[in-house]
Amino acid sequence: MSAPVTPPATAATQAAPPPPETVTVKVNGKTVQVPKTMPNWQGKPEATTMLQAARCAGVDIPHYCYHDKLPVAGNCRMCLVEFGTPMIGPDRKPVLNEDGSPKIARSVLPYEPGTPRGAIACATPISPGMEIYADSPATKQMREAVLESLLINHPLDCPICDQAGECKLQEYSVQHGQAESRFVEAKVHKPKAVDLGPRIILDDERCVLCTRCIRFTKDIVNDDALGIVNRGSYNTISAFPGKTFDNNYTLNTVDLCPVGALTSKDFRFKMRVWFLKETASVCTTCGTGCNTTIGSREGVVHRLEPRANDAVNGPWMCDTGRLNYKWIARADRLKEVRVGGRKSTWSTALREITAKLSTAPAGSVAIVASARQTNEELFLLKRLATKLGAITDSIAREGEPDRLLVSGDRNPNSTGARLTGVSFTEAGIQLPKIAAGIASGTIRSLIVFGEDVTQHGIDASLLAKLDMLVVSDILPNATTEAATHLLPGAAAPEKRGTFVNVKGRLQKFHKAVEAPGDARPEIEFLQELADAVAGPTGTSTIEGLFNRMTADIPAFGGVQWSAVGDTGVTLSL
Amino acid sequence: MSFSVPAPLEARLDELVTHYPVKRSASLMFLHALQEHFGYVSREAVEWTAAKLGLQPINVYELVTFYPMFRQEPLGTTHVKVCRTLSCALAGSAALREQFCKKLGLDSHAHAPQTTPDGKFTVEFVECLAACGSAPVVLVNEDLHERVTAQAAEKILSEGSRLEGAAKGKTPVKGASGAAS
Ligand code: SF4
Ligand code: SF4
Ligand code: FES
Ligand code: FES
Repeated sequence: MSAPVTPPATAATQAAPPPPETVTVKVNGKTVQVPKTMPNWQGKPEATTMLQAARCAGVDIPHYCYHDKLPVAGNCRMCLVEFGTPMIGPDRKPVLNEDGSPKIARSVLPYEPGTPRGAIACATPISPGMEIYADSPATKQMREAVLESLLINHPLDCPICDQAGECKLQEYSVQHGQAESRFVEAKVHKPKAVDLGPRIILDDERCVLCTRCIRFTKDIVNDDALGIVNRGSYNTISAFPGKTFDNNYTLNTVDLCPVGALTSKDFRFKMRVWFLKETASVCTTCGTGCNTTIGSREGVVHRLEPRANDAVNGPWMCDTGRLNYKWIARADRLKEVRVGGRKSTWSTALREITAKLSTAPAGSVAIVASARQTNEELFLLKRLATKLGAITDSIAREGEPDRLLVSGDRNPNSTGARLTGVSFTEAGIQLPKIAAGIASGTIRSLIVFGEDVTQHGIDASLLAKLDMLVVSDILPNATTEAATHLLPGAAAPEKRGTFVNVKGRLQKFHKAVEAPGDARPEIEFLQELADAVAGPTGTSTIEGLFNRMTADIPAFGGVQWSAVGDTGVTLSL
Repeated sequence: MSFSVPAPLEARLDELVTHYPVKRSASLMFLHALQEHFGYVSREAVEWTAAKLGLQPINVYELVTFYPMFRQEPLGTTHVKVCRTLSCALAGSAALREQFCKKLGLDSHAHAPQTTPDGKFTVEFVECLAACGSAPVVLVNEDLHERVTAQAAEKILSEGSRLEGAAKGKTPVKGASGAAS
């Protein structure tokens, strides 16, 4: 007999989901109730481990090989802890202390009952009444011993190691290590500065053989490229000789590697990590919108790292997105306001544009925006367009999607462009109409943001027919060349704003560095322009503008800026 | 010359795979068979095995580097295995190895087996050869030499140097970040 697939959906018969089954354990003497099962690396429920239970109690058990999002390997032994379980008498009943509490049997070696026997917390499931001694003398001794063994052949070259400052080997050594080495034998030397792939350098001597990198590339990326070769103390991480480690996710192994073995060619020896300011941001390279942390110092972006967000990218990001930041510092960035081809000022340019737009006959202005712009910018452009009766559009940007993160939509905010009404279901369908309008002379002014329209059917000869061409961009191109009014804009790390990714996740990003020269975040001058031409929005802050937008556009559901948080909210589209 | 596995051997290996619940389990048997045939496990042999068993070459390469019995380069005509384990060590096997290496111009501290450039000798320091009662013990190809003295070692060397050197192998798996050091 088959059960009905869907239960009747009436409110009355819908039972509340049963509360998750829990198990009571003690961590460092503190009683905690923890769920009986917890998500494994694939998010499927599996018996809760000692390590997870300890986390629930706010205790972090040191570990190298364990990672929430990778299959458990249990090979580093760093997470060894002493534990105990309730004693059971010959009558199969719990043995009790005099005060009635259950007697706990500490785990010991079977052949040496005086010696505590640890278990690896990352792979040992909890059982009711279990006691975990995460800081007992025996646990500490086990940790020290594991660390000592890991450091036997370690080169101790921390001063020149990129991982220094965010290295688990350093951290655990400070907490659990010994100040003196007892090792007098010659260390085993392993390969240094191995060119593993186009973006990765491996120092095998620093490796603690946790196999995180192997599991990541095999189980997450589906590129079984790495392995451990040789035996015993000669164990070495390697790709097959002659093959390079080259998929679009290799740099995640640098984040994963708990020590300084895997390093990024891009970041290697560039900057000590403790000098970096960290800013929560979002990758702008495709429509997935992976959450990132920008590491910058004194106005210069030095690296991007993924910021964990299970609703979007998990803890990963692709290499393309991660390395797509260098152009921000290009020398040919647009840094000057230019009017009529000559250096000018913001006030002159904005005054002229306002004057022109305020008297423009309805339908004589068109706007080409970019789906790389923020929702707030697009909202203001749309406001302007509505006032001017202007036709608007944005430009599609497409590529090959992959099976992990990369979206076929290479714009970070196509959804935002649609929601704000700047573009339609298919971005770019209005462009021929705009081109025709310019050719026939009905469109006299064109406003372009962040796109080179000469690549999209509006060529230089058409642009030359316009009375006014307002262009805001970051890098020079044929359209910026032709601008009557050139307004230098800001890259995502230089401003704040929100995007909506391809799946409808509304995400916020923050400013890490200043835009160069006279360049300004677009929102600032767009607000001035829109207020002057279309009437005041009644707010001068990005927060206010955002709240105004979400109230005006039903799809945003009135969500408040303060409610978005750094991992975003999902819109029901 | 390109790598080619003779048809009967390939047929034998194909049949072998059917004995295992998963193809991968046949890896070691493949490597043994290929080494027996070619004298060592070349890069092509690793790639061939991986392709046959639906694996990546690195999966097979891990095995080849794990077991010292698998050779990644052709051996010399005379393969001298000097026992390094306790009885033999106490009976002077280190000096014996030193003697072989010195005479042949090899590094007596190297971890892996070493072969002379003329392909005549390979010297290797190995674990117990199960003849501890008559230490020090040296295995020359298939022949066990017991209570080996310095003079006996000289004899092994002079006999070996009269033989032809082994043909040079084609492509050992070289340049690995972790190639046996
Ligand atoms: S290279 Fe890093 S991630 Fe890979 S096994 Fe070694 S320590 Fe672990
Ligand atoms: S998948 Fe897309 S959003 Fe994520 S890092 Fe790569 S390019 Fe950026
Ligand atoms: S974390 Fe490595 S064994 Fe548990
Ligand atoms: S110790 Fe050398 S043969 Fe056993």
